[in-house]
Amino acid sequence: MIYIKLFFVFFKIGLFSIGGGLATIPFLQELIDSYGWITSQELLDIIAISESTPGPIGINAATYVGYKTAGIFGGIIATMGIVAPSIIIISLIASYFRKVNEKPIVQNGFYTLRPAVIGLIGAAGFEVFKIALFNIDLFAQTHNFLNLFNIKAIILFGVILVLMKKVKLHPIVYIGLAAAVGIIFKY
Amino acid sequence: MKELWELFKVFAQIGVLTFGGGYAMLPMIQEEIVDKRGWATDEEILDYYAIGQSTPGIISVNTATFIGYKRKGILGAIVATLGIVFPSIVIITVIAIFFDQFEHYQIVQHAFAGIRVAVAALILNAIISMWQKAVKDYLGIIIFVFSFVVVAFLDISPIWVVIISFLFGVIFKGKKVDVK
Repeated sequence: MIYIKLFFVFFKIGLFSIGGGLATIPFLQELIDSYGWITSQELLDIIAISESTPGPIGINAATYVGYKTAGIFGGIIATMGIVAPSIIIISLIASYFRKVNEKPIVQNGFYTLRPAVIGLIGAAGFEVFKIALFNIDLFAQTHNFLNLFNIKAIILFGVILVLMKKVKLHPIVYIGLAAAVGIIFKY
Repeated sequence: MKELWELFKVFAQIGVLTFGGGYAMLPMIQEEIVDKRGWATDEEILDYYAIGQSTPGIISVNTATFIGYKRKGILGAIVATLGIVFPSIVIITVIAIFFDQFEHYQIVQHAFAGIRVAVAALILNAIISMWQKAVKDYLGIIIFVFSFVVVAFLDISPIWVVIISFLFGVIFKGKKVDVK
């Protein structure tokens, strides 16, 4: 039965991909080789779509592959499969977390861990910066230093930062605003 | 029941607003979970991220599960997770059905190019406000720089950064801890 198979294949992906959604990609590659559920071209499409639509990449990929393989219900089943290990494992950890967290030795660990997490988020943000604000490819082709900067994007970036400092609005406002500016000024 | 529905709603909203992975979710989590509802503190969110990063599964799902569990136990964990995946299921299914057309919409691409800029600004803003809570001394700055460089430029798995920096605190911070 295709649904059971979909569930367990994605359960396995959820269980073994540690870290961000991009960590699921090597496993999705395996889907091509061993099941033939999607083609390599489709995998590239999935990554592109996932990165430019809302939602975690791993989830988006699961929904897409599930849909392609077995329709709407397939998309739902594959997604349930990929999140099931998280629910089980994190619930177990969370149930012990409060008790363990009170121990001074654990607090010491978290004290030095938090700056590291900021570094991790910074590194991930850095990837977004490179794509959103710079034209790395264009610069590599032309070697013209001015081409490195996506001026329109950097202006918008500055405006949003100033706005965030002056008036604290919900993040969706900035996203909506940026989408509108992107459309109007052809980003 | 009302609280479960609230959990679902909040995480569905966060799911809709998260473009491109778990780190992009941080500004939304801060706004909705920390500032607006007080369900967790900034420090707790960072701890959940660290755990989510180094355990199996997708970070944003792990973080949602963690917060859901904290609110309403296992049922809360399940509901929060369903909330965060719900928008993906709807949006991706629609796109999968109409994919060939979607790709060619120039207007969609312009919009997303704009959105990426906003996401970059939101992440920077979130990092700055988290920084004040998490980096309290020179040791913190050194760990931050180490972690950023290692992951951004050396292609080393974040899990090692999490494990090493945690053990560092356990071993070297010793008894003289004074967490305020």
